[in-house]
Amino acid sequence: MPITLEHVSLIYDQDTPHSITALDDVSLEIPDGQFIGIIGHTGSGKSTLVQHLNGLIKCTSGTICFNGQNVDEKGFDKKMLRSKVGLVFQYPEHQLFEIDVFSDVCFGPKNLGLPQEEIEARAKEALQSVGLSEEFYKQSPFELSGGQKRRVAIAGVLAMKPQILILDEPTAGLDPQGRTEILELIKEMQIKTGMTILLVSHSMDDVAEYVDRIIVMNHGKVMFDDAPKAVFQHHEELEQIGLSAPQVTYICHRLKEQGLDVDTDVTTLSEAVDSIYHALQPGTPRAENGL
Amino acid sequence: MEIIRAKDVTYEYSKRDEEGNEIGVNTAVNQVSLEVRQGDFIAILGHNGSGKSTLAKHINAILTPTEGTVVVDGMDTRDEEKVWQIRQTAGMVFQNPDNQIIGQIVEEDVGFGPENMGVPTKEIWERVEESLKAVGMYGYRLHSPNKLSGGQKQRVSIAGVLAMHPKCIILDEPTAMLDPNGRKEVIRAARALNDVEGITIILITHYMEEIIHADRVFVMDQGKIAMQGTPKEVFSRVEELQRLRLDVPQVTLVAYELQKRGIPLPDGILTVDELAEALAAVRAKNLESGKV
Amino acid sequence: MLRDITLGQYYQTDSVIHRLDPRVKLSGTILFILSLFFFKNYIGYLVAAAFLALVIKLSHVPFKFMIKGMKAIVFLLAITVCFNLFLTPGETLVALGKLTITKEGLSAAITMAVRLSMLIIGSSIMTLTTTPNHLTDGMEKGLRPLKKLHVPVHEIAMMMSIALRFIPILMEETDKIMKAQMARGADFESGSLIRRAKAMVPLLVPLFISAFRRANDLAMAMEARCYRGGEGRTKMKPLVYGKRDHLAYLSLLVYMIVSICLGRLSVPGIF
Repeated sequence: MPITLEHVSLIYDQDTPHSITALDDVSLEIPDGQFIGIIGHTGSGKSTLVQHLNGLIKCTSGTICFNGQNVDEKGFDKKMLRSKVGLVFQYPEHQLFEIDVFSDVCFGPKNLGLPQEEIEARAKEALQSVGLSEEFYKQSPFELSGGQKRRVAIAGVLAMKPQILILDEPTAGLDPQGRTEILELIKEMQIKTGMTILLVSHSMDDVAEYVDRIIVMNHGKVMFDDAPKAVFQHHEELEQIGLSAPQVTYICHRLKEQGLDVDTDVTTLSEAVDSIYHALQPGTPRAENGL
Repeated sequence: MEIIRAKDVTYEYSKRDEEGNEIGVNTAVNQVSLEVRQGDFIAILGHNGSGKSTLAKHINAILTPTEGTVVVDGMDTRDEEKVWQIRQTAGMVFQNPDNQIIGQIVEEDVGFGPENMGVPTKEIWERVEESLKAVGMYGYRLHSPNKLSGGQKQRVSIAGVLAMHPKCIILDEPTAMLDPNGRKEVIRAARALNDVEGITIILITHYMEEIIHADRVFVMDQGKIAMQGTPKEVFSRVEELQRLRLDVPQVTLVAYELQKRGIPLPDGILTVDELAEALAAVRAKNLESGKV
Repeated sequence: MLRDITLGQYYQTDSVIHRLDPRVKLSGTILFILSLFFFKNYIGYLVAAAFLALVIKLSHVPFKFMIKGMKAIVFLLAITVCFNLFLTPGETLVALGKLTITKEGLSAAITMAVRLSMLIIGSSIMTLTTTPNHLTDGMEKGLRPLKKLHVPVHEIAMMMSIALRFIPILMEETDKIMKAQMARGADFESGSLIRRAKAMVPLLVPLFISAFRRANDLAMAMEARCYRGGEGRTKMKPLVYGKRDHLAYLSLLVYMIVSICLGRLSVPGIF
């Protein structure tokens, strides 16, 4: 179920001296099955943007259509929308509240008014897909590690069986290992279910290896919207707004300047290593490289 | 001269069940010994739960060791009479920027420490001014902390500690909740204090790129010091770091992978410049041997 | 949503009123409120209104901003006015079915509305022009005599100032938690009272847990910065009365005498 945004703007305190434009004329198309990274620094409007997609915030002007239907129209079922467009917020501490992990994951499907059996079946399935085994079911969500809490929070949304999953800064506060684990988990889910996934982050390194498309937000506007390689070609502009391309992109640009014949559009570590390795082999024509 | 000497420090706390009965003992820090010289920039690395924050809290007497001793500037942290003097000598900045700012206005928050120490009013004002200037937040002295960005809040917290005129500042994961811009701001401020004012800095973090400029690095795992050395020495042990659940900067990884494929590069490359230089040397050699 | 509540939040600008000693503002507010209950005729209210207008003018806080903050309590005001309007016995003016508006009721309602709005505006001037810290400082020093009776004046003042610092943070957090639960289909707005009360659990549990964690962190941070109670503490901004403050006390005295004398004269009412 695709989502389209047309000229969406959000202005707080409109018509007053301290009005703030949080979103400025954003038009986007989110087709089924894509894995999208939304990047921007704090205050760029990226979190505000995704909260429009499940109707938590109403835009000041413009239209948002879910599956062709205008979500701001009277009679549009917001509850249905929220179950189809799942949103996992930055801090799991903001949503965990039940006595044990299992009941917490049941909260979402329970709100959908499903029969008890269905609720439990969904909770089990969701916990399974985030890699939490039955030994966790009866544990208190507050005694888990940061990474595990994050998984419970994701399961809590997955249990509503959304078709689109939005994750707002899912790796904030995790250590490097925890970060990689969560990102791998998300990628795996995407491949398995073909769900549309939107990953909101301020770190290019987080998303570069995983997503098909990157949307860069700045001052409430869409600055770039393209495949990762194409977006990182603008690394100098990204730098100016306090974002950076993955470090390997810089390495390759730098080596190219020095006269080493490397690809400058690499975004992942293995691409970079391949490209440098082959450039160093005397006499190897580049066409045979890597691939 | 050593400002901090920790010898065989062990910290245990008991695990309790729901009725409050003791059901076991957790060892958060296990037989750790380390020494920090005055004026050094030290980094302590480790994944979440490795015991690095617990160790840090020993340095300003928020925690005292179950076994072993911690001596700060000649004062034993178990000496209750010295507690306040130790906390003045070794100030601490915590992870969550919102949960450590007490004042409602930036300058009032920075004045909180000196007020507690009983510093005369006129001197408080001088200290507040110089501290805010040192972290580049003087222009915000009349702002409400709630309106600042994460990086700015942390800089205010650093100024708050600085106003107590410490010899050493411990930063306990000051960047964990910040975005990349905020992270840079805070690290820059910490480095400036170390360079300009000669304050000993102990930075606790799990971001590798923040420790490249440290004088010494300690890596903690399961309450113990697993590795130590200069950043170069530590980063040359890529596999070991990965086993300890830590990231390695991408440049170092690229160099490491190239090394594995037989490109003769030196160990522990930390910056893009270093890599570029090393590769240029390799190419020069290749060309030479190609001619032969 | 919650961010719209600005009632009495400090308004940053520079003015004579801002620079007054908080003790002056505190006692001024109390006296002003007291004076409102002494008036027997409209002249008293006119004098009070003039005094209030002068203080507002001097405070450099835009009147619009003040009124905006009052929106939250308009409801309260309306209820009070209605009660007075319909429930005061006396000479009937208008009858709307069972409800009657009496002459006395109308007069009581107007008096009440005027008194309440002045009371609210008067006290909000104090909070608008005084930082909460300054205010608690003022209370701490003003209430110091109570220390002899073993009232923990410093601790109370410190608690108040911390509470004030954390209110906006916790409000923002409440907003975030609400959204996180709404994303999981929680409904805070419809259903019976019991259902709604039940719906608060997913909101309150995370909020309390977070508040406790923050309190714990803050206590540690305060200790790390050598906080050990009020003993031996110095002040960055000690309270010292200046010429301005003495003048303010004098004007207050003049206002009290004039308004109460005039306000208690028996002049024919408007009605």
